[in-house]
This record gives sequence, C-alpha cells and structure tokens, in this order.
Amino acid sequence: MIKGRVYKFGDNINTDDIYPGRYLSITTDREEMAKHCFELAYPDFLKTARPGDIIVAGKNFGCGSSREQAATCLKYFGISVVIAESFARIFYRNAINLGLPILIAPGITKRVEHGDMLEVDLEKGIVKNLRTNDEIKTIPLPSFILEILSEGGLVPYLRKKLGSGEKGGNK
Amino acid sequence: MGKTLAEKILSEKSGQDARAGQIVISRVDVAAFQDGTGPLGVRQIQKLKIDKVRAPKSIVFIDHAAPSPRRELSNDHMLLRDFCAKSGAILSEVGEGVIHQRLVESYVKPGDVVIGADSHTCTPGALCAFATGMGSTDVAIGMALGRTWFKVPETFKIEIKGKFQPGVGAKDLILYLIGMIGADGATYKALEFGGETIENMSMESRFTLTNMAVEAGAKVGLIASDKVTREYLKRMGRLKDWRPIVPDPDAKYEKVIEIDVSKLEPQIACPHTVDNTKPVSEVKGTKIHQIFIGTCTNGRIEDLKIAANILKGKKVAPGVRLIVIPASRMVFLEASKLGLLDIFVRAGGIILGPGCGPCVGVHEGVLGDGEVCLSTANRNFKGRMGNPEGFIYLSSPATAAYSAIKGVISDPREILKKKRTKRKG
Repeated sequence: MIKGRVYKFGDNINTDDIYPGRYLSITTDREEMAKHCFELAYPDFLKTARPGDIIVAGKNFGCGSSREQAATCLKYFGISVVIAESFARIFYRNAINLGLPILIAPGITKRVEHGDMLEVDLEKGIVKNLRTNDEIKTIPLPSFILEILSEGGLVPYLRKKLGSGEKGGNK
Repeated sequence: MGKTLAEKILSEKSGQDARAGQIVISRVDVAAFQDGTGPLGVRQIQKLKIDKVRAPKSIVFIDHAAPSPRRELSNDHMLLRDFCAKSGAILSEVGEGVIHQRLVESYVKPGDVVIGADSHTCTPGALCAFATGMGSTDVAIGMALGRTWFKVPETFKIEIKGKFQPGVGAKDLILYLIGMIGADGATYKALEFGGETIENMSMESRFTLTNMAVEAGAKVGLIASDKVTREYLKRMGRLKDWRPIVPDPDAKYEKVIEIDVSKLEPQIACPHTVDNTKPVSEVKGTKIHQIFIGTCTNGRIEDLKIAANILKGKKVAPGVRLIVIPASRMVFLEASKLGLLDIFVRAGGIILGPGCGPCVGVHEGVLGDGEVCLSTANRNFKGRMGNPEGFIYLSSPATAAYSAIKGVISDPREILKKKRTKRKG
C-alpha cells in the first residue's frame, strides 16, 4: 500500500516539462537527476514537492519526446506513483520499464485536490482519498507488469528471468 | 476481413494473423539510438551482459548535440563510438545528419519494423514501415534480442483530397490535422494517410506528415508503398529495396477523417503546444527574432528549394537571425550543388552542419528571454529551445522564409502569387 500527498498537474504535461533536454546527458546520478524535475516549466515543484508524494495529472501525461529520463527523474526524486486521466504511450511503457508505478484513473482530477492525502492499492487498482473518503477505481495493472515493477523495472526483471549467463536469444 | 497497413506489416513480422488490439512479438529490422537516448540504452545492454546486437540493422546516430558543445556530451559520444566498435552496431557520426532523415535515405525499406529511442521515429512510416518511438530501455532490448512486443494499433484513415494553393503544403496539412484532433487525439493509434492528394505527393512531403504523427499521440503514421516510394528509393540507389504494399480495400478502420486541402490556409502552431494551431491570418504581424529552417520535419531538399525560391535576391529583415540546417550530409551536398546555400548566406542567413541544431535546445541558437522563434520543427513546448522564457511558433518552410524577409509572421501566398503573376506577365 502506498500512502502519500498529492502534487497535482493539468493536461498534456510533456517530457520537456518533466526533464529539460539540456540535462539529457545526466543518466545515472540519482541526486543530480532528481534536482531537475520540472525545473524550467514548473519551478515550484522543486521547492514544495517531497519524496513520497503522488503525482495526479490530467490527460496525456508524458507526451512528447521518448526520453526515459522523464520517468527516471521522477523515480529518483521519490515520486511513489503517478496517477493520470491518461498517459502518452511512450511514457507509459518507459515508466513500467524503469520501475515507476503508474495508474490510469479516468475522472481522477475531479475527485482529488492538490495537497490531498491518498492511499493507493496498486494490486487492486484502488485509490482512496483520505480527505473525502472517496474510493476511486483505476484500471488495474496486469500481474506481469506488477511483477516488473516489484523487481524495479524491465532490466532487473529480465536479468532474473534470463539468468546472468544469457547472451541474448533469437528464439 | 481485410487488413490495414499496420496489421499487414505486423502479421508478416510476427508470423501470426495480427489484428488490432492483439499483443504480438515481432521481429525488429532496424533499431536506432541517438546521442541523447543512446548512452542510457547502451548501459542497459551492458547490464544484461549482451555483447553483440541481434537486430539486423542496429544503428547509433550522433545528431542531437553534434558537434558536442560540452565535455559530458563528448564523453557520451565516446561511449557510443566504443559500443558500436564492439557490439556490431553501425555508427552514424557527427555531420552525417539527423536520425530520421538518415533512416529513410539509407536504411529503412517498405515492410520493415523500425524502433528508435526518439519519438519522431514514426518518420519512416511514409516508406510503409511500421516505425515507432520508444524509450531507451525498450530499444536496448529490441536491439539486443532482435525482437520486441507490440499491441497492434487500431487505425484512423486520414483521407486527403484536393490540390494545395501555392505556398501551402504538407506541413500546413499536418498542423491543421493535429489542431483538429488534438495532442492526444490519436494516442496509441496508427494514422494511415491516403487519397488523391497523398498519391500525388512527393516523398519528402510525405515524410513531413508521418514525422509529426506522434504530435497527435499516434504510435505510427503510415502511407502505402507505391510508385512515388519506388522513385524515391531509386533516387537513393536502393531500388532493390522497393516492394508495393497497400491496405486491403475492406480493411477495418476505427475512424475515417476526410480533409479537402484546396482551401487550406498556411497554418501556425502557437506557443506552447503543437495542437494550438491557427491559420496564418490570425497571427500575422507577430514580431520574430529568430527563424529556423531545418530538422527531421522540414530540412530536406524540397524544403530548402521552397525557402531559397522565396529568399533569392532578398534580405532577411533587420533584427532577425536566420538559421538554416540541411537535415543530412546528402541534403547539404545537393543544396550546395544547386546553389541554395549561396542564396541563404547572401540573404543574411547562416548555415550550420547537418544535425538537430537548435530544435532540442542543447546548442546552436538558444532563445533569449521573451524572444520569438518561427521554426520549421515539430515541437514548440515551453523550454524546448533551451529557454522557458522563449516563444516558439511552428510553420512550413515557405511561411518561415517569407516571414524572415518581413520580420514578422507573414502569409507566403502573398509573394508566391506575385511571383506567379510576374512569370505569366
């Protein structure tokens, strides 16, 4: 169960907003990447968001470029889960591949306010707003995706599945 | 029941009867990184302890920060060169050009499955390849194993008829379509462009359409492989790569969108989203500081010819900087041979080496606070060109070239009408 405070965004938040292009060369330094989340487009984020916060957003979250640094930086910042009305497809796949939990919840922006406390059950796909006691049903994640997330992403998941000796296959 | 282009290609590459909504495991013909996304992908391949890549054409393009403006990026480039030398991947060096232009010139053929760690990898869809952008990790695994999984997309048929007015073209059409359906109007879908206008459209213009499919959220933008495709591949010295691929007449489409372009006005995408499009008449007169003609959207020879035709013998307005970047070495050489580069320089412009240039905001033309750029690129997000205080408008090369002379956003039909009358007289 994930519990956290809501940081709320609108529609069409793009990957340039989330992680500016000029920092693309930073790919492994967790602290450094976390320092640039929303840095140019929404500078308040870095001043007021805290590790453990939950991002709630409108439709088409993560549209734009394919940079997976946009998902990684949120994970490194400590965002516990991103819940949006809908996601852009590349970001959605990236988030799962990199171990950042995400949920699609149509209508959520009308039922959750900035600063609300939420309780999120990823397995059941249920979000509870602790301010209003409102229970919001999301589209639950299939079990193999939950497994990838619990391993921390696709690469650690594959390493476990393939074993370390595997040289790639053309099965 | 018949199949769409997306279903046809994925059926062939997955070896099963692929239908919209299904999940298939497909062979990957081409897997590509660029220098912004490649270093992450390379590290993922190394983590999996895979030494040799399995995708038949695995290519790494150094184009986003080329030549490198900073030591961190120079070191990233070194990592990519080293990876190519050891893994069997092909290296496309600084100066060869933008990933999407290089893919269509030399690598992709009709019927291929192409994955690239860059969202505009949908560009080669105009050659009738199932080409899509993914993240670094997805491409790393596709490149390493020669396989990836796809959900077969539902298709929107985009049926285009009519003849463009002079000064109006493919860029105006795609901006108009994105404005109409919105930045998420086609999320997860395939766009299949067809109709008489597309049949008569040059390959260069077709690339402009499919390049921007992702700006409506689409997974791929596809066009049937026909005689125009054949002529293009012949011009590229790859006639043997051509084969015809057309959708079945009874293919099932989720939606059909019809557009008549005969009355279409030049379109402008206004700050800060691509779907914030307006006809040029509504934004005419907006003061501009920088004009950028280039990119994977509009840095091809046809685009440079259109711009040079307008700029020939003219001067860029005082206070305006004009940056022109041919999308590849091949385009650069042809523009040079045709005397186009000369026209741009004489008009007061500057020519930079093939690559992404100012489009990604890493180098070469970062905007100042409050400055306005009119660009032929595909994205105008806040901060895209390196400064969140800058304003980016998107247009066709014709609109960009004419606006450079006027110093404000202008309608290129004015000058092209004049030129026509002159020629007739």
